[in-house]
Amino acid sequence: MSHLPILPFIVPLVAAIVLLLGHGRGIVFERTLSTIAIVFSMLLAALLLVTASDGAVRVYRLGDWPAPFGIVLVLDRLAAVMVAVTAALAVPVVLVARQGIDTQSRHFHVFLQLQLAGLYGAFLTGDLFNLFVFFEILLLASYALLAHGRDAPRAKATLGYVVLNLLGSALFLVALALIYGTLGTLNMADSGARLATVAAADAPLVRTAFALLAAVFLLKAALLPLGFWLPQTYAAASLPVAMLFVVMTKVGIYALLRVVTSGLSEAAATADLLEPWLSWLAIGTIGIGAIGMLAARRLTLVAANLVLVSSGTLLLGVAAASVTSIAALLTYLVHTTIVTAALFLIADIIAERRGALRDTIEKGPHLGEIKIIGTAYLLLAVAASGAPPLSGFLAKLMVMQSLTATPHAWASWMALLVAGLVTALVLARAASAYFWEPGRADGATAMAAHASRADMTRPLALPLILLLVTALALVPLAAPLSAYTRATAAQLEQRQTYRDAVLGNATIERERRP
Amino acid sequence: MEIVIALGLGLLAACGLYLVLRPTSFSVALGLTLLSYAVNVLIFLGGRLGATAPPLALPDAEGLADPLPQALVLTAIVIGFGMTAYLVGVALRAKGESGSDRVDGGGGA
Repeated sequence: MSHLPILPFIVPLVAAIVLLLGHGRGIVFERTLSTIAIVFSMLLAALLLVTASDGAVRVYRLGDWPAPFGIVLVLDRLAAVMVAVTAALAVPVVLVARQGIDTQSRHFHVFLQLQLAGLYGAFLTGDLFNLFVFFEILLLASYALLAHGRDAPRAKATLGYVVLNLLGSALFLVALALIYGTLGTLNMADSGARLATVAAADAPLVRTAFALLAAVFLLKAALLPLGFWLPQTYAAASLPVAMLFVVMTKVGIYALLRVVTSGLSEAAATADLLEPWLSWLAIGTIGIGAIGMLAARRLTLVAANLVLVSSGTLLLGVAAASVTSIAALLTYLVHTTIVTAALFLIADIIAERRGALRDTIEKGPHLGEIKIIGTAYLLLAVAASGAPPLSGFLAKLMVMQSLTATPHAWASWMALLVAGLVTALVLARAASAYFWEPGRADGATAMAAHASRADMTRPLALPLILLLVTALALVPLAAPLSAYTRATAAQLEQRQTYRDAVLGNATIERERRP
Repeated sequence: MEIVIALGLGLLAACGLYLVLRPTSFSVALGLTLLSYAVNVLIFLGGRLGATAPPLALPDAEGLADPLPQALVLTAIVIGFGMTAYLVGVALRAKGESGSDRVDGGGGA
């Protein structure tokens, strides 16, 4: 049994503990260690991607207890893709944090590493209760990261986020209690298999349990009635935190996808649990995100609402739950994570150069180095709105093609196309305010302000270039990427292979429950 | 016994939910505590109610009490306790920043 599947969780956890022990050694020590851990995690994630590409499902039994009695970590293609996306995003995040934001309050890097440990753990676990524990690790770290920073009052936004997620955790536990009470297992593969044999008397309870579980995941993914917390929270976060949080909604989508593909849709007790309402609510989420973008007065808020739009798009893929739609949603997930994080970054670069105006979409002073920033902005805007020739177009096209067979394809297509148009419109309007229109008469004071700050934004160029290069590389790499995601979706379809790998072929002796 | 526990759980959860929906952070923290009590008892019930099954393997016992919910509930209690403590910390900081105890953005915010 190779120890590879647990390493992505161990590395950031050990880094966090060492950072905590070495507290007081100064910020250089913290930054160096944190960066080394994150780069190492990224190499590990690449190794995971390569290892998982042979199509085998690798199971890591903690303490060598056999599933379903012990906790297992499962490395398959889906887990590898999610870990890789997170690890790739963590590199620019730590590079941004190094530029001074991490000194605004203590232990930034500790929480960053804990958050990553929770994320990797959530992607790799094969057990529902273990998933809850990893969710709590990443949430507690995210509470601390959200409140991080002295430059703005964030406690109010944090308070709402904490209360909402504590309620979510309570619901998660209710769902787990009901699943254990009825199915007698919390292992994902085992519960998927046992769903098919639920007694008729237990069926309503099982249905309730999985509905609650879906509600918790959809709260994280910010689906329509549960998503109003997101834009304000993300816009209130400091820059590296907002960038990292882009991947947080994807955890909810990943968990939902994992539960759906573990056998939720085939079992009689839970058939039609998510459809038809999930695709309508996903369309509604795209709509709310588009309206939010139109109404946003700051570029950061536009990016936060773009997170809602991409959540809705991804959930359309989950709702369709076919091989092509899952492949398309994974391709889109890679693209949207990178591009949205880059939009948060460029919003901050623009804000730093406009003095007191920050990133409000109003005429302001002339930005320095307009050619470089403007080009980066243009590339991101094209990618975000899904216009050819960048990755957004390819990913969106894949999503739309995969939805043609669904019952409400026309509505999904319309939502996706209108959202693309609105994104283009809003980003173009913001660009004309930032780049094209002449500076205001009272811009002189702002100019003086930004002149002193201009050199502060230069270090942010490296993470921006990294994200841009990744986003651009998704175009030539589109063929291997979509081949990988297609293989991932095909692997998820083969439920029995997954169950055999996790549970083994031996029949499990179980005590009969009263 | 089931009906008593079910009613008690329902009452606990209802009180918790009512308090969570109140506008001040103190009642929200209190409500979340009540809710987590209700949730913890519910997890415990996942192993079925019974007064006779021994918790340890005895040679002449017919069955065993399910030990897993006990392990789960311990984890849930620890996590819930830590989270509530953090919530109180954030609520205090929010009060310090905005001078108001309200969670809904009203009052002095």
